[in-house]
Amino acid sequence: MRELSADALTGVIARLCVEANCVLPCDVKARIEEARKTEPWETAQGILDRIIENYGIAEANAVPICQDTGVCCVFLKIGQDVHLTGDIRAAVDEGVRRGYAEGYLRKSVVKDPLRRVNTGDNTPAMLYTELVPGDRIEITVAPKGFGSENMSRLAMLKPSDGVEGVKAFIRKTVEEAGPNPCPPVVVGVGIGGTFDKAAYLAKKALMRSTDERNADPYYAALEAELLESINALGVGPQGFGGRTTALAVNIEWMPTHIAGLPVAVNINCHVTRHKTAVL
Amino acid sequence: MDRRIQLPITRETARTIKSGESCLLSGVIYTARDAAHKRLCELLREGRPLPFDVKDATIYYVGPTPAKPGRVIGSAGPTTSYRMDAYSPAMIEAGETGMIGKGKRGPEVVEAMKRFGAVYFAAIGGAGALLSSCIKEAEIVCYEDLGAEAVRRLRVEDLPVVCVIDSEGNNLYESGRNAYLASQK
Ligand code: SF4
Repeated sequence: MRELSADALTGVIARLCVEANCVLPCDVKARIEEARKTEPWETAQGILDRIIENYGIAEANAVPICQDTGVCCVFLKIGQDVHLTGDIRAAVDEGVRRGYAEGYLRKSVVKDPLRRVNTGDNTPAMLYTELVPGDRIEITVAPKGFGSENMSRLAMLKPSDGVEGVKAFIRKTVEEAGPNPCPPVVVGVGIGGTFDKAAYLAKKALMRSTDERNADPYYAALEAELLESINALGVGPQGFGGRTTALAVNIEWMPTHIAGLPVAVNINCHVTRHKTAVL
Repeated sequence: MDRRIQLPITRETARTIKSGESCLLSGVIYTARDAAHKRLCELLREGRPLPFDVKDATIYYVGPTPAKPGRVIGSAGPTTSYRMDAYSPAMIEAGETGMIGKGKRGPEVVEAMKRFGAVYFAAIGGAGALLSSCIKEAEIVCYEDLGAEAVRRLRVEDLPVVCVIDSEGNNLYESGRNAYLASQK
């Protein structure tokens, strides 16, 4: 059994908050730059050029890529052979508090959804924990903007709706979102499980590198087909028209009930941010 | 070619700016998001003066990140505009001629734009680092308690925006998409 103080999480999370907000992941940059090469529409090319210029400036000056530095999603994969002493929740929130203060990041969290007073330090984090074999802790910090979060949808489809129903729902979600989530978007999809698990899977799908396709060839083919059909919608960068509406479609799935077909679509923008470290 | 526009935008100028036109804005603009709009519209409803002159004003829907030492402002790109739809008609009636944000607007806003003469611009969503380089001065006007959502007066130089909806109600989100799709047939 490995002993580790929860406080060890704090510094790592603070650093990841700043890095994730200022440096776009390599895979997302690669998708945007590829899209720029294949984009046939002139207005869209101009927008993609400015998007590329923007993340260059952000990285060079260590300023946030986008002013919506998000609600801070923190994923902990905790090895079951680690014994964490202390208060994990407090250590994580302290990391977010420090990272958002030291990095000059925007504080965008309200204490209560109806009375809406800002907590002033971007806490609490949206904390997700998973138990995995081993004695390591994998920490992923993913600031999530709400322009795209607000365009996310969930449907409890019928099994008879099948894969066609799932595809139609995903396409419709992206089309109706139109310019609002700052396209080009990354589309996270969760299929199966329960109402809440589908939403969780969709969020988790956004944590996967856009370099990787689903390990199951059936779902990998579905990802490719959906990307193609979303990019035929014509929404384009910023919704001004063009081919590049989405950069990637990532699907996660799990078993579900005989009577159900939950599907959740979590939209992320071209500022798809996540950064991982292992302790 | 981008059209250079010196702010403020009068009602007459607003009527000459067309959907799809790329513009570079220079001069003074004000920032406000949902929370500030709510307060501003309460003042309007009560017939009280606003903390800044709304006549011919352009409002940028933005909540910037805090400025690092030695910088004017942090990252400062647009937020999604439809959350301001409930407030924009009253603001336009009070004198606002320009709005900068991103994303769709509701029919009530477009009606007010047509009736009084106002334009809706989009800045590139998610390009906050780039856009902040066009902001030369920033100062808080009011509602400091709202933090990032306080109303700020900004002096901008060549802020790149695109007119999405003009004072006739033409909409680039529809025409741009349709033109692209037609080109692919
Ligand atoms: S949707 Fe993404 S890119 Fe757009 S403003 Fe929000 S965080 Fe920034």
